[in-house]
Amino acid sequence: MGNESYAIECRGITKRFGTVLANDNINLAVRKGEILALLGENGAGKTTLMNMLSGIYHPDAGQIFIDGNQVSINSPNDASDLGIGMIHQHFKLVDVYTAAENIILGTSGKLKNKKLLKEEITELSDRYGFNIDPDKRIYDMSVSEKQTVEIMKVLYRGANILILDEPTAVLTPQETERLFVILRRMKEQGNAIIIITHKLNEVMAISDRVTILRKGRSVETVNTSETNEKHLTELMVGCAVDLLIECPEMDNKEKVLELYHVSVINPDGSRALNDVSFDIRSGEVLGIVGVAGSGQKELCETIAGLIKPNEGTMLYRKEDIVGKTPAEIIKMGIFMSFVPEDRLGMGLVSGMGMTDNMLLKKYNDNKGIFVDRKPAKELADRLVSKLGIMTPDTDTPVRMLSGGNVQKVLIGREIESNPNVLITAYPVRGLDINSSYMVYDLINFQKMKGAAIVYVGEDLDVMRLLSDRILVLCAGEVVGIVDPKKVTKEDIGLMMAGKKLAEGVGAYEQ
Amino acid sequence: MSSKTVREPLLHIVKRDEIPAKKAMVLRIVAFLLALIAGGLFMLSIGCNPIEVYQTIIVGCFRSNMAIQATVKIMIPLVIAALGVSLAFKMRFWNIGAEGQIIMGGVFASYFALFHSDWPHWVLVIVMFLAGALGGAIWAYIPTFCKVRFNTNETLFTLMLNYIAYYIICFLRDGPWCDPNSPGFAKIATFDDNATLDKVLGVHSGWIIAIILLVAVFIYMNYTKQGYELAVVGGSSATATYAGMNVKKIMIRTMLISGGICGIGGMIQATGADATLSVGVAGGVGFTAIIIAWMASLDPRIILIISALFAILEKGSRVVESNMGISADSSAVLQGIILFFIMGCEFFFRYKFQGRAKKGSE
Repeated sequence: MGNESYAIECRGITKRFGTVLANDNINLAVRKGEILALLGENGAGKTTLMNMLSGIYHPDAGQIFIDGNQVSINSPNDASDLGIGMIHQHFKLVDVYTAAENIILGTSGKLKNKKLLKEEITELSDRYGFNIDPDKRIYDMSVSEKQTVEIMKVLYRGANILILDEPTAVLTPQETERLFVILRRMKEQGNAIIIITHKLNEVMAISDRVTILRKGRSVETVNTSETNEKHLTELMVGCAVDLLIECPEMDNKEKVLELYHVSVINPDGSRALNDVSFDIRSGEVLGIVGVAGSGQKELCETIAGLIKPNEGTMLYRKEDIVGKTPAEIIKMGIFMSFVPEDRLGMGLVSGMGMTDNMLLKKYNDNKGIFVDRKPAKELADRLVSKLGIMTPDTDTPVRMLSGGNVQKVLIGREIESNPNVLITAYPVRGLDINSSYMVYDLINFQKMKGAAIVYVGEDLDVMRLLSDRILVLCAGEVVGIVDPKKVTKEDIGLMMAGKKLAEGVGAYEQ
Repeated sequence: MSSKTVREPLLHIVKRDEIPAKKAMVLRIVAFLLALIAGGLFMLSIGCNPIEVYQTIIVGCFRSNMAIQATVKIMIPLVIAALGVSLAFKMRFWNIGAEGQIIMGGVFASYFALFHSDWPHWVLVIVMFLAGALGGAIWAYIPTFCKVRFNTNETLFTLMLNYIAYYIICFLRDGPWCDPNSPGFAKIATFDDNATLDKVLGVHSGWIIAIILLVAVFIYMNYTKQGYELAVVGGSSATATYAGMNVKKIMIRTMLISGGICGIGGMIQATGADATLSVGVAGGVGFTAIIIAWMASLDPRIILIISALFAILEKGSRVVESNMGISADSSAVLQGIILFFIMGCEFFFRYKFQGRAKKGSE
């Protein structure tokens, strides 16, 4: 029997994927009415562990106790029966249905009449302080409203153990605060909550205790009130780290790439980018922030020539590049490294080894019909030693490498091409702290060599240190371009939600 | 709490890490041996001695020069068509239309064989070769163009074109190309000797073409820029676009080559093996080639080996049929069993079974 004071307890959970030990003897416990933060770098095994609690994977070894009774969770339905509710990073909602319809979707039993259902949902909302109109359709909702519906969905099914997988990644700071209010309310009602995150300030703000995972092991569990951010970082990384990002100031910047009134219209008629104008200067990092899906992807792809803008012009050293093919744009020295959510989607061929992936943009450089793999092999070897890429050899398919290593391959290739313009989106997504700092250094190195850099990022703290200027996007529009040294994180948060700052505040001066 | 969740199922299916190519080969061989055992059980059940049957298959293929030549003759179109489809498959273009491309290659080549048999032999052979390639390429171009232009589904499209090609032969046989001297039933005339491939070592010279194609495809896939491009498109077309490749152009180019190779197979079959254009010029080779290409993991060198095995099985079954009086259907069952095992073992490349964790494993 397990300890009955815990709502959920894991003992010695081990999960192996082939040769990778994703979870190694993990212990974790949450009491009723408690918020536990699960902290760890990407690849530390957080998501694997949570997938086992929600019935998606089955542990190789170890036990799970719910209210002190040992259970075996063999499917998501089992998890739901046991009162475990998972809120995924990517929402699982039907767009054309209303909130109420989404909430009852998949529950068993007879269809309830609408009135009764509405009453139940209103009752649920009152209890936890949700503010959702049950008749509103999902496609009309903001990201944070959708997330609320997800939470209501699991609560409606009677979940009393909630797992949230990086819930704040898609939220502005203000929306995050609102989510935390809801979480605290749920805690008061006696629910057990596990929140996965790698943002330390949020851990400090919301949790009662923190369990830290490192390389698949639970290294320690500490009370939040007895720790601080620096201590948590050290536990997470396993050694003392020096968190310092430089932003060297460069002279004689010149405008390299200028965008004027660029608009991109989606197939459904909505505007992915709306009248976007800005410039990129040599020797400068332009940070671009915005909540997920504000047009960052479209902006990068437009500059790289993958999307043709419907309106506007783009000048590269005074030459219009609208309508040029990606190959022509690459020849001009504009390089893009976009790290998509699935990491392998664009930029790499997962079935090929490092060498063949290095060839991707250079294979046409030599004359003749044959591919010359020698320079690519040399580059691959150089990257392996320079960036510490872990791979059996340079011909091993990159899909067999871990996420962080895949990313190093991608970013390394783009940076090694000595670009004039480097567009990089989410380059540190999935990297551990040391690798992240290596990427920041590489970016600064290119900047000092005079490259113009566009950095699309997520972490506002890092962005404020690294960028010379920050451009804030909201719903495809430029809300403003600010000097990060003159604005607070909250200011940027407000801008991400679409609020313009007062005239002149935080403006960037030449 | 429901008690059903307390127990764990006896077996789990677990994804395994990718196994090295060598181990995969061993697994395939084990599967093949198991297939022989299962096939043996089947033969026992219909009252045959399996060892005798297997012996007959092997002996039947190699007992004489003629038997070996017959086996090679079965193998030639299999190799060529498998090479053709493997180019398309490498690009993740599901060309199920090899059958139709073979037929059209045969039809185009036959035109010259029937109506220009008076041309000098070598000129005629070269023209027929090019016509065969052209016929296959055209048949592959139609669905590719529609995919590139209108985003149609190539699997269905190429499949449907097979039937059109088949009925084109039927039409030619019954109408314009019908041999007036044929007694009773409609057929296309036998080609003039001048319009058939020469024999080398007792087999029509198609085997030399097959070997040249094999080497060429191997080099093309592994060492040329175009081969690299098509592999990138197959790996991820988003990545190909991002690297500045013209995906549509690569797709059309690759399919012209893929169809062209299959068309050459048709030309060889008509002018080499059959010395006429029959409705069975492809005879299912286009479909068998798909299985061969996959079993060989699209590697031209392994295609050679797998094709040989298929040819042996095919020829051996025919001998078994005539020598031991087992019906053709039974040998088809045997072929089916072997395929089932070899393809079924692909499952074990990606998954493994895992027993329930032992009690008290703390």
